[in-house]
Amino acid sequence: MNYLYYPGCSLEGTAREYNISTRSFMKAAGIKLTELEEWTCCGASAAASVSPLLSSALPAINLAVAESMSQTENLLIPCSACYLNLKNVEEKARKEPGLLKRINKVLAEKNLNFKNRTKVRHLLDVMAHDIGAEKVKNLIKKDFSHLTIAPYYGCQCLRPYPVFDDPEEPVSMEPLIKATGALVHSWNMGGKCCGASHMNTKIDVGLELVYGILKAARGADAIVTVCPMCQMNLEAYQDKIELKYKENLNMTILYLPQLLCLAMGMSEDESGIESNMAVTKTFKEKMKKLPK
Amino acid sequence: MNRLQPVRIDHTVSDTLAEIKDKVCACIQCGTCTGSCPNAFAMDITPRHLWRMLLMGQKDEIFTSRTFVLCSSCYYCTLRCPRGLPLTEAMSDLKQIAAKEDMIPHRPSTRFYKCFMDSVRRHGRVREAEFISTYFLSMSATDPLLPLKYASMGIRLLQKRKLALKNPLQKMSERSLDVVFKKVEEMENQI
Ligand code: SF4
Ligand code: SF4
Repeated sequence: MNYLYYPGCSLEGTAREYNISTRSFMKAAGIKLTELEEWTCCGASAAASVSPLLSSALPAINLAVAESMSQTENLLIPCSACYLNLKNVEEKARKEPGLLKRINKVLAEKNLNFKNRTKVRHLLDVMAHDIGAEKVKNLIKKDFSHLTIAPYYGCQCLRPYPVFDDPEEPVSMEPLIKATGALVHSWNMGGKCCGASHMNTKIDVGLELVYGILKAARGADAIVTVCPMCQMNLEAYQDKIELKYKENLNMTILYLPQLLCLAMGMSEDESGIESNMAVTKTFKEKMKKLPK
Repeated sequence: MNRLQPVRIDHTVSDTLAEIKDKVCACIQCGTCTGSCPNAFAMDITPRHLWRMLLMGQKDEIFTSRTFVLCSSCYYCTLRCPRGLPLTEAMSDLKQIAAKEDMIPHRPSTRFYKCFMDSVRRHGRVREAEFISTYFLSMSATDPLLPLKYASMGIRLLQKRKLALKNPLQKMSERSLDVVFKKVEEMENQI
């Protein structure tokens, strides 16, 4: 199984550990990732707030490049915002032939042509369904049975396109978490919104949403995420939340592939965990005292 | 939450609003969107009410409200609306109008997006340092203390090797998407 790989802007910067751990995990699972040549930004949440045509053209550039590189391989995307932007074009261009034409008029400026042949896949979809928990289980070297993990899916890998999971009550992470021996924290916040870019422009609203999530995660040892925006919102504002709500809700926040890399006994360099912004003392101690 | 200063709307906005109106004209005012919205608690008018105002053509009130900029694109309303209306998209459409008209009360959001896109235009990928410094600059008249709000976060990101500190305003890269942006502008202005 090989995939084309679109890391996206965040994975080059603020989410570098997501990139590192995704690559390490895939390597361990025997999967080859071929990074898209000269990929460009998908438009993030910004393009849709500025121009409709641009919000289709930017993802389409990358899909056109993917088509030129492989006829058969799926395009693997770890960032949920990138995933949805590319998926949106895949869906919309199929339903509106007029849009495909307009996109190609724009792409001609870059000597690209978009036929809409590449299948866009979220990392979680590939991990849960193409690779699967059974295979992951065979790669696990540590026993995480004393840990409880809260799966956090966020919005854009689930909605509006229910491709690989239930958009209201997602479950696809659970077998992967259980494969490490860990317990799954039982809560109903897995598919709730982290506020996306509110933390930058409307922080009070963002804090309120993240407060609700962290509070519901109480009792878990860590929350795992599959999106750079969710990860950042959950991990980077815990001190502000403590100040505002006078409650200490400090919680370890990891990317899902990081949890699996740790359970596979990988080094800090391979899991990228030294770049995480919220790993609690208790979590570190528990990791040190792992049963062999 | 307090209402914003009144916003004056010119006639081209009315044409664009007609398109959004079409998207929500089948609304039956059931309130499912409001009940599903994680940001409803902070909105001055509810999503259900917003669609009603759109259908009634209450333009000034719509853009005086903060409701649409408080949409965080969670897609709950789009998923659950019994009429299957593209509500998240309608919220984005309203953001586009606010951005195009550079409406003063919505600048903190719209300029954030615009500066992001400017950086993508120049380099093909966003350069965080450039994007955030142009954002500060574009907001300096409205909110001169803005950089301070970001300062401690910037330092923490640097410590975690998450921020590349290249000199902010760099020259256009080879990966630039300028031709793409130009073409899009040309095509969108034709309609
Ligand atoms: S959920 Fe749909 S039909 Fe119901 S009020 Fe909202 S937009 Fe109207
Ligand atoms: S997509 Fe926007 S308006 Fe709809 S429920 Fe989510 S935040 Fe509210």
